[in-house]
Amino acid sequence: MITRRTLVATAAVLPWIHPALADRKEPLADVLDTLPGKRPLIRRSFRPPNFETPLELLRQPFTANDAFYVRYHLAVIPQIDAREWRLRVGGASCKSAQEFTLDELRSRFERTSIAAVNQCSGNRRGLFTPRVPGVQWGTGAIGHAVWTGVRLRDVLTAAGVAANALEVTFDGADRPVMPATPDFIKSLPIERALDPETLIAFDMNGAPLPHWNGAPARLVVPGWAGTYWTKHLTDIRIEPRAADGFWMKSAYRLPSSGFPGIHFPSQEAAETRPITELLVNSLITSHRGGERIRRSESAQLRGWSWDGGSGIAAVEVSEDGGQTWREAALGLDMGRFAWREFRWPIDTARAGGHRFMVRARSRAGARQPRELTPNPSGYHHNRIQTLELEVA
Amino acid sequence: MKVRHAPFAASLALFYATGASSADEASVTLRAGPHSQLAATRCVICHSVDYITTNASVMTRARWESTVRKMIDKFGAPVSEQEAREIVDYLTLNYAGLDAQ
Repeated sequence: MITRRTLVATAAVLPWIHPALADRKEPLADVLDTLPGKRPLIRRSFRPPNFETPLELLRQPFTANDAFYVRYHLAVIPQIDAREWRLRVGGASCKSAQEFTLDELRSRFERTSIAAVNQCSGNRRGLFTPRVPGVQWGTGAIGHAVWTGVRLRDVLTAAGVAANALEVTFDGADRPVMPATPDFIKSLPIERALDPETLIAFDMNGAPLPHWNGAPARLVVPGWAGTYWTKHLTDIRIEPRAADGFWMKSAYRLPSSGFPGIHFPSQEAAETRPITELLVNSLITSHRGGERIRRSESAQLRGWSWDGGSGIAAVEVSEDGGQTWREAALGLDMGRFAWREFRWPIDTARAGGHRFMVRARSRAGARQPRELTPNPSGYHHNRIQTLELEVA
Repeated sequence: MKVRHAPFAASLALFYATGASSADEASVTLRAGPHSQLAATRCVICHSVDYITTNASVMTRARWESTVRKMIDKFGAPVSEQEAREIVDYLTLNYAGLDAQ
């Protein structure tokens, strides 16, 4: 029988080197650690807590709540009593400021659910070459869930949106240690805030949001980067002016040229613009690079593909270094913001090394690129994945 | 450990080093050296030191200088100019992997 002691001893001498990082000068051992209420996840930092979902836990269509990645900027994260929690809606373009309890939100507004990928802007930052500073995420700062709540639009409408509204800002209960540190306040263009698919969610996969994923309520902005999905949401403000805090004006920005994406005109500057929606992307979850599989045993390459909301048109696989591509089988379409499974049969009759390249194509016609567009913060890693397996 | 979790745990163990059973930031510490105490006391006000150690291989003196400036100017870190120079020296000596290559 395997005991915890032998597991630890075994693990300690087998630091796993990510295949994409194999050319690094130093091995990067990923360490599993457990936050209260979570399964062991890959620890990227203790405080604020940043924990990544291991590949094995991304194989299910919906990422388990206790396996979903955790990402915070600020270290003071209160445990919120849902009965005491209040959501305040106000701002200079709000006609009638309101305050809601969780029960009021649930009872006053129509409930709705949506399947959507939540991906951190910096997912796979640790795979950029040359490397860039920041939380060195691997492939697991992503998850997929069914989010249930009420439409942000309905709540804003109840509070009254003035004609001059430009942006809506969102603040959560998590806050900085030092008063001088900018609070984590994000904004959306009014159009996106009023989009019926932008939610204030309180359930995730049919259960209340885990503490580490924003209990008791968080914003859900399907198709947009996780930075906009404010956790522990407490304050919404409808404003006639562009938000000018650090987390909009200085952080989460991309070079103005070089990336496709929805425009956010009120936040755009000459050199940079805010990250908005996710780019077309995919991830092989069935295998890790370098794995051995048995000859003549049936095996499939599987994984997920997603984009910012047009949906996936095709996932193509190349086994000849990218010269020819053929379409993989696609799984169930769970909605345009959901991820979609792809399956590709592995020819296990042929012994030796197999090299797979996988690229997704969106319904908008975008394809994963061979090369990344460099950017100082290491966002939008969506390069075609290459994975090698050994059939023996 | 529950028996039913053993196969899963075993598969994970092949790939990961296993840390403390719960998240305890005292398990990661800064290297001893000139000004390590200063760095340890100032930086950890807001974050655990793994923010430093996990970025070491990406860092240079210039990057540490701009990072420390950002902590002071944007995040309000209570660090004097003299202390900022000492912290940058400490970080560059101990955690600037790109400079070392």
